[in-house]
Amino acid sequence: MAKSSSQLKDEILKRRSQPKEPAAPVTDESDLARLRKSQPRFRGLEAGHRACQGCGEALAARLVTEAAGPDVILTNATGCLEVFTTPWPQSAWRLPWIHSLFENSAAIASGVEAALKAQGRATKVIAMGGDGGTFDIGFQALSGMLERQHNVLYVCYDNEAYMNTGIQRSGSTPHAAMTTTSPPGKERMGKRHLKKDLLSIIAAHHIPYAASASVAYPADIRRKVRRAVSITGPTFLLIHSPCPLGWGFDSERTIELARLAVQTGLFPLVELERGEITGVMPIRKPRPVADYLKIQNRFRHLFVEDPRALKEREHLQALADHNIDQYGLAGEGADPLDADGADTVRRGGLVD
Amino acid sequence: MLHALEGSQAIAQAVALCRPGVVAAYPITPQTHIVENISKLVADGKLKCEFVSVESEFSAASVALGAAATGSRAYTASSSQGILLMAEVLFNIAGLRLPMVLTCANRAIGAPINIWNDHQDSMTVRDSGWIQLFCADNQEAVDTTIQAFRIAERLELPVMVCMDGFVLTHTLEVVDLPSAEQVDSYLPPFTFANKLDPRRPLSLGTLVGPEYYSESRHSLHRALQKSIPEIVAADKDWKKLTGRSAGGLLTVEGPKDAKTAILAMGSVVSTLCEANEVLAPKRKTKLIKLRAFRPFPVEALVQVCEGLTELIVVDRAFSPGQGGILGTEVRSALAGMKKKPTIKNFAIGLGGRDIPLETITHLLDAAKEQEEGDFAILDVELNKLPPEDR
Amino acid sequence: MIEIRIHGRGGQGNVVAAYLLASAAFEEGRRCQAFPNFGAERRGAPVVAFVRIADKAIRRRCQVREPSFLIIQDASLLHIPGVLEGLKKGGGILVNAPQSSEDLSKEYKQTMVALPGTQLANEYLGKPMPNVALLAAFLTLTEIVPHTALSKALTHRFKGEVLAKNLKLVEEIGHRVPAGLWKGVADAARA
Repeated sequence: MAKSSSQLKDEILKRRSQPKEPAAPVTDESDLARLRKSQPRFRGLEAGHRACQGCGEALAARLVTEAAGPDVILTNATGCLEVFTTPWPQSAWRLPWIHSLFENSAAIASGVEAALKAQGRATKVIAMGGDGGTFDIGFQALSGMLERQHNVLYVCYDNEAYMNTGIQRSGSTPHAAMTTTSPPGKERMGKRHLKKDLLSIIAAHHIPYAASASVAYPADIRRKVRRAVSITGPTFLLIHSPCPLGWGFDSERTIELARLAVQTGLFPLVELERGEITGVMPIRKPRPVADYLKIQNRFRHLFVEDPRALKEREHLQALADHNIDQYGLAGEGADPLDADGADTVRRGGLVD
Repeated sequence: MLHALEGSQAIAQAVALCRPGVVAAYPITPQTHIVENISKLVADGKLKCEFVSVESEFSAASVALGAAATGSRAYTASSSQGILLMAEVLFNIAGLRLPMVLTCANRAIGAPINIWNDHQDSMTVRDSGWIQLFCADNQEAVDTTIQAFRIAERLELPVMVCMDGFVLTHTLEVVDLPSAEQVDSYLPPFTFANKLDPRRPLSLGTLVGPEYYSESRHSLHRALQKSIPEIVAADKDWKKLTGRSAGGLLTVEGPKDAKTAILAMGSVVSTLCEANEVLAPKRKTKLIKLRAFRPFPVEALVQVCEGLTELIVVDRAFSPGQGGILGTEVRSALAGMKKKPTIKNFAIGLGGRDIPLETITHLLDAAKEQEEGDFAILDVELNKLPPEDR
Repeated sequence: MIEIRIHGRGGQGNVVAAYLLASAAFEEGRRCQAFPNFGAERRGAPVVAFVRIADKAIRRRCQVREPSFLIIQDASLLHIPGVLEGLKKGGGILVNAPQSSEDLSKEYKQTMVALPGTQLANEYLGKPMPNVALLAAFLTLTEIVPHTALSKALTHRFKGEVLAKNLKLVEEIGHRVPAGLWKGVADAARA
């Protein structure tokens, strides 16, 4: 028979109050569990959660919390991340974490930050949400949080649709992508509208720091998170986080997909300070968008014999070209920090 | 000390005496004067707290939620559409068992848009899991606000203090404000066992599946039921300290041998009590002032209804297609009584319609005519409606 | 219980007048209640506020329908139906008007006391806010509470130059209306 919630709670509290054993030295390198326990790196999001294989969001959340360190309070909008990390009575978080509702992660974070201020505590607050909770339903709360200058880093894990509810179109879904509410058909070629340019809207709040990042570039994420949390004031990070299930690709290709999104110019990695562009990750040799599109089921309808398909592909290519142009992404000559070299150079080397 | 204060100003002072850590608010008539006065106290350095002017009621409640979860005493105030906009958060706060206090400056709900007083707003969120206490005058509102923090924090439940918009919030009258020492001795600093703290990381608001959801809801229900003695104790201790009761769960006024009683909540009780004295209706009548609507004090109500032959329940809101909300609940609460009074049910004073002294006579007359189980809006003027809507 | 209804226009400090009168009564140890006829009125629109003064707690919260006194902050309001409605028999009407009481009474065929409140306010305060001048005159007429009570109430609400000017106004304009003219009405209502 299942234990009652209070019994379980008591048990968890009891276990938690018992002193932890000091980490044992690793004697056998194949003993992965013990290796994990003794690793020095801080992990805010522990393994064993219930995300899908190849989940970009899980990877991004781990990288963010790892870089932000242990003195952090997290707020989480409703969505995959909340669901797969905290099926009661379990939690994968090693950080204080609160989930309230879909649309109020930024407002909850505002309240947490106000309370910390009132109490004279210096703990950093990180608000998290998916693209639905950020671009759409939680946008007002986010705008308010930025306008009021709360000392909060808001991280949006952007997987470009409502994945938790079953892959419905969001304001972040790219043009022409198929979702369960933007299906292609006789009258439609997937989503009819453009992906909302959220970063520009965020930048228009003239906050100290806003940036986009991608799970394909972990060192870049870490650097941007460290930069963001070092600033007192509102900061924002948009992390492109491929979803194997929602986009329709094999789980082992998450990083490849994310990298292609950057290399085609469809997801530009940029940094903005007080609304001005202060950094971009250049693309030395932009890849054609078709390379990125054709390996995802959500764009499958763009690769059939149909003049409309060709038109939409051209449209998407134009959008990528526009990004490259607008942000000046075309690097000249050999640049070790471009989309091809950025992470290889930084891995194990200087990170800041 | 006695002061002549506008209701909103008195509430702001009462909140300040409770030393909140975070106050979040979004303006909505008739709540505005409360938060304006609090923000002035903060601006003048008389109240040390984080005052967060948010972009919606949804965020007002959310900021208060986040602050309470982080271990700060949190407060917000709202009305009407604002209460409905924060409804989702209100359920969440109660479900998370976060203690905080909200003043609801009661106002009607549109459409048609109407900024005046009735109880439709707090009635609409009666199932949210908040304790709801209704105040008959500004003194009760002040005393209840302070008691509310104590009740909330002892039980880890949110408390909504309901005071009639305009009728109380915008009325200047004499109010006895307790001293800071009195409030400090009554209300200890807020400590919250489950607060968000990196030194002891907890996960709040996790996903709960069918295997635990019922247990979680059961425990919330039990918590509300068990709050009854705490509400009584909070008022008793307050009386010991200040000499004033704010009305416990309910109070009864009027001739002891009266077989007829009128039951109501909020400021209308004030008017009806005076009317009962001044107009002294032929049918001897008691007034039952219900203060605790959530939890609903069934036992206390049954007790005061012993010996009554007629109970007239006055609603300030109703459920279209059903009837008076308070009336329905009272009927259900008294259903088990052996010799229960016949229960009549009327709504009055909707959307700010004035409730004159003669209302008491109209109620008693109309009750004679009403069939058991019926409901009517007492002061509706049918001649203003097209025949098909009458 | 003395019940007073104050009519004015949005922006004339109608609610403040009601609050000040009630606060003045409070300063003398009386119970009081003051509230506006809550509206969504904008500047210039007709507004109403109510005051009750008693020796014990006031519990009724309905609007004042049968006042003993009416204070009219703007003579143009006399044209609006309902403004004079419900006044108790023998009750007093104080009107902010430039003409004499006799002329005003003749014009409206009803006994009224006139006070050039706007002119006095311009003179003493430098702005056309007749409310405090009317309250000072009202206290002279009724002697419900002494003028010092109104001064105390003003001290709680205003400060600096504004307060000083208002206090001077209260001190100096009392004699402009007959002292104690309505004392009998006020005493009867009190009892």
